[in-house]
Formats: sequence, C-alpha cells, structure tokens
Amino acid sequence: MAEIPILDIQGVGKTYILNDSRIEALRDANLTVKKGEFVCLIGASGCGKSTLLRIVAGFEAPSAGQALMWGKPIAGPAPDRGMVFQDYGLFPWLSVRENIGFGPASRGRPKAEVRETVERFISLIGLTRFADAYPHQLSGGMKQRVAIARVLANDAEVVLMDEPFGALDAMTRERLQDELLELWQRTGLTVLFVTHSIEEAIFLSDRVVVMEPGPGRIASAHQVELARPRDVASPEFNEVRRELGARLHSHHAKKAA
Amino acid sequence: MSDVTLNQATVAPPLPALRLWRRVRPVLLSLIVPLLLLFGWHWAVAAGMTRLIPSPADVAEYMVDFAFGGIWDDAFSATLHIHLLASASRVYGGFVLAALVAIPLGLLIGRNALVRQLLDPFLQLMRPIPVTAWLPLSMILFGLGARSAFFLVFLGAFYPILLNTIFGVKNVEPRLFEAASMLGCRGNAQFFKVVLPAALPSIFTGLRLGLGLAWFVIVVGEMTGVPQGLGAVIMDGRTLSRTELVICGMIVIGIAGFLSDRVVVMLMNRLLRWSPSHHG
Repeated sequence: MAEIPILDIQGVGKTYILNDSRIEALRDANLTVKKGEFVCLIGASGCGKSTLLRIVAGFEAPSAGQALMWGKPIAGPAPDRGMVFQDYGLFPWLSVRENIGFGPASRGRPKAEVRETVERFISLIGLTRFADAYPHQLSGGMKQRVAIARVLANDAEVVLMDEPFGALDAMTRERLQDELLELWQRTGLTVLFVTHSIEEAIFLSDRVVVMEPGPGRIASAHQVELARPRDVASPEFNEVRRELGARLHSHHAKKAA
Repeated sequence: MSDVTLNQATVAPPLPALRLWRRVRPVLLSLIVPLLLLFGWHWAVAAGMTRLIPSPADVAEYMVDFAFGGIWDDAFSATLHIHLLASASRVYGGFVLAALVAIPLGLLIGRNALVRQLLDPFLQLMRPIPVTAWLPLSMILFGLGARSAFFLVFLGAFYPILLNTIFGVKNVEPRLFEAASMLGCRGNAQFFKVVLPAALPSIFTGLRLGLGLAWFVIVVGEMTGVPQGLGAVIMDGRTLSRTELVICGMIVIGIAGFLSDRVVVMLMNRLLRWSPSHHG
C-alpha cells in the first residue's frame, strides 16, 4: 500500500469574486508533501503562493479540487496545521507566556500541563527573560520566535509560514533561518514555507516549488540536493541559485512575451 | 538562541536635582495659563470693568463658606458635600447604568448582523437629539426630581460608550481571529478570548467620554427641580443673582469631573498595560 502523504493538494483552484469580476488566484495546483519535508513555495506576487498556503491552513476553501491532510479533506483551520504570519498575529493583550499557552489552554489541557509546555518552549526559543513581556515590547525577531513557539506548543504537525522573515532585518533573518532549521531537524516537523527570496528557499528547503502568476499556478518543482548545513557562499549553492533564478526568469520572460 | 534587548531605551539615572526639576516642570508649565487668566479676572474686576462678576478673592471666600461655613452662614454655607454627593450619585448612577446597557448592546450590535439591522438605524436616528431637548419629555416621564436627572445623565453617557464599543468590536484585526481558530479557539469562545480584549481600549475610550459627558449634562439634569446637587446650586445662584455661587458650583463640577476622569485613566492604564498607547 502506498504511503499516505501528510499533505496532498489535488487540482486545487481558487477564484474570488470581487465587484462582479472573477479573479482567478490559483489554478489546478497539484502538490504532495511527505511528513518531515521542508518545502518552499516561491514566485512573484500574484502567483497564488499565499492563497495555496491559506487553503492548506483552512482559512479559505478551494473553489476547485481538494486539499487533503493524511488523506482527509481539510475543513477549516485546526491545531494540526499552525500558521506563522509575516505580521506575527500575536495577541497584543497576552504576555509571551500567555501567547504560547493560548493554544493548549483553548484546547482544555490541564493547567499544569499548559504551564510545563509553555516553559519548555520559552526556553527553547531563548526568551525566558521576556516571558512576561507583552508583544509591543519585543523586537520583530523575538515576536516571530513567539509566533513559531505558539504553533509548536500546540502540537502542530505542519507549520505553514507566510514570508515569516520578510519584515526582519538581514541579520535577524539569517539567525532565525538557522534556528528554524535546527527546530525542524530536531522535531521532524513538516514545513510549507512561502518566500520570494531564491536564496532563502534554497538555504532552507528540501524542495523548491516555483509558482507563476496570471493565473497563479505551480510551474515546476526542484529537489535541493545540497548537504546541510548549507553554505550560501559555496560554489555549489551558487550553481543551484543560478539554475533556479534562470527558471524563475524564464517564466517571467514567457509571460512578458 | 539569544536575545535582543527590550525596545525601551535605558537611560542613566539623572541627578536628584535634575529629577526633581523634571517632575516639577510640567506642573509649573500647566499652571501658567490658569494663573494668567486668574490674574486677568482679578484685574478686570479691580478696574471696575464689571459689577456683576465677583473678584477671585470673593469667590474664594464664598468657596470656603460653601465648603465649611462660618463666614456668611446662609442657606448654602457648609453644604458643598451634600450637593457634591447628590450630583456624584446621579453622575455615577446614570453612568454605570449607561455602561451596563451600552457595553453589552454595543458588543451585540458589533458582532451580530441581525441585532445591528434591528437596532442600529433606530439608535442612529435618536443620536442627534441633544440631551437638553429631552428635558421636558423626561420631566413628564419621570417627574420633577432626581429620576429625571438620572435619566438625562444616562442618556448623555450612553452614546459615546455604545458607539465606541461598536467601533472596537468591528475593528478587531481579522488576523487575530485566524490565529485563534488555528490554535483551537473557535466560535463563541472567540468572543471572550479575542473580541472582548481587543475591543477593550475602545470601550475605555467610550467610558472616558461618557463619564465626561455625564458631568457635562448634570447641570441640565438638575435643572429639573431637584433641591440638591451642584446643578441645582448653579440654577439657584442664577435665580438669586448670586454669581459667586454659580462660579463656586462651576469650579466644583470642573474639579470633580477632572478627578473622576483621572480615576478612569488610572484604571485604564492598569488594565491596558499591554497596549503601547496606554502605558504610563
């Protein structure tokens, strides 16, 4: 019997109706993701990468096709799929500790267990000193760590990340990329990561899925065979980057033609 | 995984004298305009520009008599606390009642389309009617006396609380609902976990405006023939041509309104510590 993939996206399309006109954001997307895989979605704006992510999250229902998790259709958001937003989406009235504990507490876990989980994840992201700080007192990098911890503390199997490091400065971004990889390797999570940076995609993922706009669709997928930890300055890395860059540009050139 | 420092700048502790100056300076600055006005008033009266307005010194003397008695010993001597208490009980009574009705109603209107369609047009239609215009009708409905004053204060405080609550509920960041639902908090649980805390800053803005307006309309409310209350004192002062009494009443209302606003602000800063625009 064939192994059931954790995520199976079958012919998914999404059309919005906006002021009586139909906007096709995504057409016939097909993608399977194995458990533990790190997949990046990359493409220019309007290629439907965020739409696809939001369909997997359950925030939007597909207009065509279906998205399956462990073979079952995705019906709405659920704790097994946690989203990390570019703008964090933390609850501003809750402290770091309470934000991380929000999921387990909402799901009715016993208080002692929630406390134990929260402390474990706070120390995992290195924010013990800021456990009682409110989001507005944190830097962007710290907020994004809390957002990641919040999803992990809730036993998410799939972490969906929508340009999570897009709003951060270059240094913080690199550090968070390292931290994310470390977490991913340690926990065996499955990650679906949206980015518009070729370098970020190659640095992080097992597989890069290239999408293109008008209407948004999956153009091609590329296995990244580089050994980890990856060195962005190595000739091998640059080779992959050039190859992928050419792919992306050829899609654009086709569109322009 | 290590840290970055908190976004708050750390400043080296200043010298004691400098620290004192930093605290005194804003107080001094805030006193300049009132003192100038007071001096202008004093000078205008002394120069004989008006015979109908007493000098600041006269008003101060009446104020002492109004509060403690022992100078004039008339019907108003040493009665300040009675009037203040009467007014404050109406202000807070009407205000609390307005909050108890307006907050739940605002939450419902903001969240529930049916309730909104049912009530919003009616409430918007009633809104432009000034509280003063309600005075005759309220006297018919509630009689001459405290209940009328209570009703008018209620009416004055009601709209700012209602409108700000609706605004707060409608303006919850959609992202937060998404975050809550993916974390396993769905349906009605979101009301208490997301809507209410997110709307709290707006609700407090409404409460602050509402309480201010409650003090504002108390004079009108107490025009309805109540024997006690600061509004009644002002009305009596006018009838008796005792301008100093009118001014005393005005000053007491101003101070009482200011102090109750400070209480709300303190409470707000405590409860909204998490909000970047409310701490301090």
